[in-house]
Parts: sequence; C-alpha cells; structure tokens
Amino acid sequence: MSYAETLIAPQPAPRDVVKPLTPARLTGYILVALWAVLAAALILMVIKGWDTSYITRYGPRYLHGLWTTLSLVAISVVCGAVLSLPLAFARLSKSRLLNWLSFGYIYVFRGTPLLAQLFLIYYGLGQFRPQLESAGLWWFFRDAWFCGLFSMTINTAAYQAEILRGAIQSVPYGQLEAADSLGISKLVAFRKVVLPQALIVALRPYGNEIILLIKGSAVVAIITVYDLMGETRRAFSQTFDYQTYLWAAIFYLIIVEALRHLWAWIERRLTRHLKR
Amino acid sequence: MGGLFSALGSLWAWFVHIADPLCGPAGIFTWFAPSTILACGDAGWGDEIAIGLQVTVSVALVTLPIGLVIGFLVALGQQSEEKALRLAAGIYTTIFRGLPELLTLFIIYYGMQILIQSVLASAGYDGRVEINAFVAGVIALSVVFSAYCSEVLLSAFRAIPKGQYEAGDALGLHSGRTLQLIVLPQLIRIALPGLTNLWMVLLKDTSYVSIISLADILRQTGVAVRVTKQAFFFYVIACGLYLALAILSSILLRYIERWSKRSEVRR
Repeated sequence: MSYAETLIAPQPAPRDVVKPLTPARLTGYILVALWAVLAAALILMVIKGWDTSYITRYGPRYLHGLWTTLSLVAISVVCGAVLSLPLAFARLSKSRLLNWLSFGYIYVFRGTPLLAQLFLIYYGLGQFRPQLESAGLWWFFRDAWFCGLFSMTINTAAYQAEILRGAIQSVPYGQLEAADSLGISKLVAFRKVVLPQALIVALRPYGNEIILLIKGSAVVAIITVYDLMGETRRAFSQTFDYQTYLWAAIFYLIIVEALRHLWAWIERRLTRHLKR
Repeated sequence: MGGLFSALGSLWAWFVHIADPLCGPAGIFTWFAPSTILACGDAGWGDEIAIGLQVTVSVALVTLPIGLVIGFLVALGQQSEEKALRLAAGIYTTIFRGLPELLTLFIIYYGMQILIQSVLASAGYDGRVEINAFVAGVIALSVVFSAYCSEVLLSAFRAIPKGQYEAGDALGLHSGRTLQLIVLPQLIRIALPGLTNLWMVLLKDTSYVSIISLADILRQTGVAVRVTKQAFFFYVIACGLYLALAILSSILLRYIERWSKRSEVRR
C-alpha cells in the first residue's frame, strides 16, 4: 500500500486565459456596434427634430389610434373565436358536406391576403348598395371601421378554427374511451376531459394568432380607418417627418413584446402541473 | 455585348408570353374571355392583370432566396457561442417579427429615400431621389421573411443531436465541412414544413407592395376597379389569383417534400 508522503505545495490559481479574437466574435462586435450606431442615429434624429407642438398635436391622436387598433383586435379575436367553434366542429364532423364546406371556407380565407379580403368587402360590397339598403345592412358596410372589423373577424375565424381543430385532434382517443367506460355523457366528456387538454395545446398558437392579427390590423389604415397605422400615415402626410413612423414602430413593438411576455407567463402558469 | 443582351431580353419576353397563364397562347383569358371586360389587349383588363400576376410572382421569387440566405445567417448567429453575435441576431428577429409588415415596408421605403438623399446631399448632389418600389418591396419582404425563417431554422438546428457535430469532429472534418456535409442535409429535411408555411405567408404578404404603387395583382385590379366601377368582380378575380397561386405552390411543395424524404424508411 502506498500513500503520499509529501503534499503538493499550494499553487496559485490558473491565470485567466484571454479569449482570442475569432472572426465570429469580431463579426458579433461589429454587428452589435452597427445596431448601437443605428439606435444612436434614431435617438439623435428624435432629439434634433423634437417639437413640443408636434407632441401636443399628434400625441393624443396616436393614443386614439392605439385604442382603435387594440379594440379592433380584441373584438375581432372574440368574435372570431365564437365563429370558429361551428367551423371547427364542422371540420371534425363525419358529414361529408359540412366537412367540405368548412374546409373550403378555411382554405379560401387562409389562402388570400387580408388586404384583398378587405378591398373585396369594403369596395366590392359597396357595389351592391341598393340590395344592402333594402336588407337594412348598409349602415354596417358603409362604415370603414365595421368593414375592417368584419374582414378581420372572418379572417381570424378561419385561422382559429384550424387551431381549435388541431388541438382537439391532439387529445388521444383513449381519453374519450376512458370517459365512455366511466359512463360520462358525450357533452360532459368533451367539456371536462377533451377541452381542458385541447386548450393547453392551443394556447401558444392562439397567442401567435393574436400577435399576427395585431400586425395584420395595420392594413385597415388603407381603407381610411384611423388606427395606429392610419394616424401615422396622416401625421406623415402632414409633416413629412420620418419620426412619425419611428413612433408607430415603438408602439407596435411594445404591444407585441408585452403580449408575448404575458402569454409566456400565462402558459407557464397554466402548465405548471405538467412540469416535472 | 449589347446585342446579346437585347437578344436575351427578347427571348425572355417571348418565353414569358408563351408561359403566361392568363394572356398567353394557352391563357385562360385568351380562350374563355375574348370579348369581355377581361379580354387581353386594349379592349379589356386581361393583360393588365396578367402583368400584375407576373409582378407578384417575381417579387415573391426574388425575395425567397435573399430571405433564405439572410435567415440562415441570422440562425447561425443565434445559435453561435459568441454572446455578441447572439445579441445582434436576437435584436434583428425581435424587431422584424414585432413590426407589422406594412410598417416595415414604409420604414424601409421612406428610410432608404431619406438615407440616400442625405448621403447624396453630403456629396454635393441636391435633387429628389425616388427609390425603385420593386427594390424596396423586395428588401422589406426579405427582411420580414428572414426574421421568421431564422426562427424555423433555429428550431431545426436544435432538433439535430449534438452527436452529429461530434461525429464530424471525429472524422476530422473542418467545421464548415461538417455544416455542409452532415448538418445541412438533415436541417433542410426538418425545416421544410416550416419553410413551406413561410412561403405561403410570403405569397400573401406580397400584396402589401401594391401600397407603394408597385403594379402587382391588387394594384392592377384596383386600377381596373377605378375605371370600370366593377369592384366586386375584379377583387374576386384578385382573390382567385392569390388562391390559385397558393394551390399551385402547395402542390409543388408537396412534391419537394416527398423528394426530400425519399431516403427515409417507408413505414
């Protein structure tokens, strides 16, 4: 048996190795510096073009536009969710006709741009003014705000129906069989077994859809709705000041980032029983 | 040299005319709508809409490779070990995924104009600068496309096991060769469904270039509407064209996907 007779004298800590300047690191520094220069240029631009009269004049308008955007998105998400329920169930049903009808609806509204749908509803339906007037619907299709709301609703209904269908289909069939063997009625089984599991799967796609809708809602500015984008375009056409677009960008970025973080928090909170 | 280019140009124009699905020799409008409002030539709006279709398709096709390359580079940056690179790439994707596409388009369209004007003004040239709407549209769309594309590619990168890189190291391959020979073929296969979705989104996003007065489908039908006052009819045509593009590309992409999976075991 052998053992150490002398202990090694205490050594100084190893010296910090200076990391070499690799090409990747150099590129990274250059790119970060570029972003910093860009940010500095934009801040300088804001400071140089600072005009208090602009702020007092356009500030309330921007806030009003922000409110228009948010209310449009909120209402159309809720209405779209309601509309997507029958669509998703039609898509899941065994009836060939219902299946094809809902598939056609979803395919058409997901395959065409929101801008084209908006033009079709706002300008296209305006052509049928006498018929709409006799049907008592003209007050609705006359107003750009309602038309924007309507087209966003039917657009998001198609996307949400697809999200809901995927989520319901992701619940394993054994869950329904288990409910059956426990003698639970179909309706209760759907409400208490399938839906809670489906909605957790659907949570993240729903968040993405809301963010896409906030970004998509900017197109209603083209049909003269004064949402955030519309107010920005109006301010730009009056001042020819590039800052107007920067402020809109800041507002949009704040909304989207806030929603993203809020959604991540909700998801963490709702799935905490699934964490191991 | 000039003669060669003009010959190539006219050959290309002839090819485009032959392959035109609306107003070519085998076009829909040529055969089914010869004396209606959709007729080709001066009598109807068929040829204008055909030009719009060409512009939409070419904007999308030019954007795709640029966006893919930028998106790949950004994804490389996002998964690199360098903190600075990750930060720079993160800022890029956060900004351009958070901004509405329309706003990005305006910021790039007007921003480039102001930038070039100020650069020229400092060089002594004092005049109005007009940016080509096609170039601005392609830049804006490829910036947006690349931001989303980088996320798709990043998740594909993360799906590739680390052992694959280690295998490349064990074979003595340079890191670039590992990327090219081992990682990329798997990456494309994993990322293809996501990229297919992005292509569909891109096709729809091309409609925004009509707002900076580039003559795409929506712009051309809008002009026709202003003259003929038949808004519903022409916008239905526009929607139908976008839908046809979507159907066509989903068929093509299904073939590509099947081709990319040809080496996998069939179960």
